[in-house]
Amino acid sequence: MSLSYLTPEFKVLRDYDKCINCKVCMRQCSFEVHSYDEHLDKMISNDMNCVNCQRCVVLCPTQALTIIKHPQTFKEHANWTYDAIRDIYRQAETGGVLLSSMGNDRPYPIYWDKMVINASQVTNPSIDPLREPMELRVYIGRKLDKIEVDENLNVKTKMPPQLKLETPIMFSAMSYGSISYNAHAALARAAEELGILYNTGEGGLHEDFRKYGKNTIVQVASGRFGVDREYLNTAAAIEIKIGQGAKPGIGGHLPGEKVSEDISATRMIPPGSDAISPAPHHDIYSIEDLAQLIYSLKEATDYQKPVGVKIAAVNNVAAIASGIARAGADYIAIDGFRGGTGAAPKRIRDNVGIPIEFAIAAVDARLRSEGIRHTVSLVAAGSIRNSADIVKAIALGADAVYIATAALIALGCHMCQKCHTGKCNWGIATQDPNLVKRLNPEIGYKRLVNLVQAWSHEIKEMLGGMGINDIESLKGNRLMLRGIGMTQKELDILGILAAGE
Amino acid sequence: MLKEGYVRIPSGCAISGIIDRTGRLFSGQSIADSIATMHDRSNGLGGGFAAYGIYPDFKDYFAFHMFYDDLIAKQETENILKANYIVALEEKIPTRKTAHIKNAPLIYRYFAIPRPEKLKLSELDENEFTIKFVFNINSNIPGAYVFSSGKNMGVFKAVGYPEDVANFYKLESYKGYMWLAHGRFPTNTPGWWGGAHPFNLLNISVVHNGELSSYDTNRKYLEEFGYICTLQTDTEVAAYIFDLLLRRHGLPIELACKVVASPLWKQVERMSPKEKILYTNLKIIYGRALLNGPFSMIIAYEDGFVAINDRIKLRPLTAAKKGDMIYVASEESAVRQVCKNPESVWIPRGGEPVIAELIRDNEKEMYSTKEVTA
Repeated sequence: MSLSYLTPEFKVLRDYDKCINCKVCMRQCSFEVHSYDEHLDKMISNDMNCVNCQRCVVLCPTQALTIIKHPQTFKEHANWTYDAIRDIYRQAETGGVLLSSMGNDRPYPIYWDKMVINASQVTNPSIDPLREPMELRVYIGRKLDKIEVDENLNVKTKMPPQLKLETPIMFSAMSYGSISYNAHAALARAAEELGILYNTGEGGLHEDFRKYGKNTIVQVASGRFGVDREYLNTAAAIEIKIGQGAKPGIGGHLPGEKVSEDISATRMIPPGSDAISPAPHHDIYSIEDLAQLIYSLKEATDYQKPVGVKIAAVNNVAAIASGIARAGADYIAIDGFRGGTGAAPKRIRDNVGIPIEFAIAAVDARLRSEGIRHTVSLVAAGSIRNSADIVKAIALGADAVYIATAALIALGCHMCQKCHTGKCNWGIATQDPNLVKRLNPEIGYKRLVNLVQAWSHEIKEMLGGMGINDIESLKGNRLMLRGIGMTQKELDILGILAAGE
Repeated sequence: MLKEGYVRIPSGCAISGIIDRTGRLFSGQSIADSIATMHDRSNGLGGGFAAYGIYPDFKDYFAFHMFYDDLIAKQETENILKANYIVALEEKIPTRKTAHIKNAPLIYRYFAIPRPEKLKLSELDENEFTIKFVFNINSNIPGAYVFSSGKNMGVFKAVGYPEDVANFYKLESYKGYMWLAHGRFPTNTPGWWGGAHPFNLLNISVVHNGELSSYDTNRKYLEEFGYICTLQTDTEVAAYIFDLLLRRHGLPIELACKVVASPLWKQVERMSPKEKILYTNLKIIYGRALLNGPFSMIIAYEDGFVAINDRIKLRPLTAAKKGDMIYVASEESAVRQVCKNPESVWIPRGGEPVIAELIRDNEKEMYSTKEVTA
């Protein structure tokens, strides 16, 4: 093994005037950055190991710690950047695919931030949501063309199964395995309290969480982990996972060392075995195969549950979504290229897929032009960062959004992008029992509830400003958006006017 | 500056409606007097009327009222019209020179029925056939605009104050059983005649005071059902939604009203099990047909009219009754101007429709709200 050319990415600054040698930092750091030097009687740090998760910074009782980006630089080069050079060092050392986690961190344009929202002045009174009713409830599922009633106003039509959401937000798929038991516990309980749903991801549904079935979407992914009849029937809805925004076109791999007894039982695989999700479903090589799986799942659940399909936002997303709608899906979840992940090849995470803003606009427009938009629900995912992103997503044509990274941040995630190491110091993306217990689901669920309630309040304020008192009237209401700093082509794809028009 | 139809223009307004539920015909002078009372609610940039029962001699014919910018538009339109319809009578709509109505387009009317062979070939019923014709003219022939396409009814509108418009069209000479009126206060000045209200499609006419915050949502919903919104006006989408709900989906008027001003979820929760199912279904299926934002509007259809507010009542609407006459208007003054001693005057609550229909054998009791004394 030759010398590693890598230098530390971060630098730990310790204020020795404040440090009391309590060793909290040492005990908290799963990456073993901090240690106590008995000879010097002081705490020392190994910067090389630091990932800037800030666990030590937050827990240090005397605020003695600061983590900074390491000042060491290469000779400045606009093309051969810090990351470009270091990635080569890393691959030259290991010969491996670079792994990373969470979403695409490259400086692509963020179209949410190039859109602004309308408000009423004079001709249309704005509505104060504290004084007037303001409705955020949405139903996800296939809608009928029309209602039919008899002479006594009895409804003759039968409504396809729907998911009721008290606010247009759901927790997106994160598997037990990629995140911890306590993280799942917090998500499930928060979903119940909020009247929304969380998504198990592809790792099966832990027995303890079956009681949250009414607020659970279960996934059927290419690995089919944990799928049996009870799993399907416990849930409120079933989602076929075709792809994920962070890694379109590839599968997943949970290393055997993470497959504990509990995860093995939940995933229905032997303990210690690698959990491989193939890139495609090997029974879905075409749209008609997808239709078969959709209807197999509907048969298995007696047509009582919505069956959705999740895809990554890719070039041809509009046509694919149209096919999915026609294949019988009750909802389509579209995951943009900034969507998070517990582990993904860095090159794929950073280079494959398209922004969710374009995808949702293109899909909505395509389904409308085919006259089938009202028959299927659209869920936008892939980096929804705040309530304004949600308002913009719905105005572009989504019925609801999925959030996951934001939910993890609410639970304490500091976006160090090291989920794939399994050493998450915040107890979120880890299966190490000593780390998992750092995340208190009792506190975690309240933080999630707070976040979603806060966003819901903000959505109500923005709706009221627009003179709207029902989220339904925002769906596809692109006149409520204006673009700033975009090309005409970008505006056209988003179907919005420029600010001032 | 873009002409109306290419740009969306918010406007405030005055509205008024009168029906004699016995079907007795009365002159247009009443409605003109009523709307004139609310002069200050308009700014002279649009006024109009819808009159039902005015063409008894041609009651089986579609009465097309047209604006033409020039003779070329007229010729092109007539070519299409006559290829598809048998025209029983065509004439200039009689007008009177008045000081305040300027820049009038060519204004014609045609009484026509679809050519049987064309209708058969199209595999449509005569209403669908006519809607297609209207959309075709309005979107494809520059300078031609069909502004009225019902039977035994007609719309009369112009750029001007409503009382001047009434004078211009000699409305006192027409007799109808039901009249709607509108005075417009648009927030800029393109002054296009087609942009005035009422907005009409087949027998449905709408006069509307308000601005739909849900316009784009409603428009896209309608486009899925083949409607083409050519005008970019809120009133247009309101008219199409009622056409969709009443004519194509066959909903009773009461339910159609509960779509455009739907009960709140917390109200639905308190309903009886049967109603809960009905309204939950209605809200789920027709969520994007909810008209959101401030409005009071009167929608006239063959059997009568319905006056309705947005569900939190952000625009004025008053109703009154005297014998078989029902009056609705933005302001009570507009009622009292033409009905000195109404039996009752009330202010309907937000989202609660006032439905006034012609008296029939199997009569429905007039549906009105719990009365709130005006």
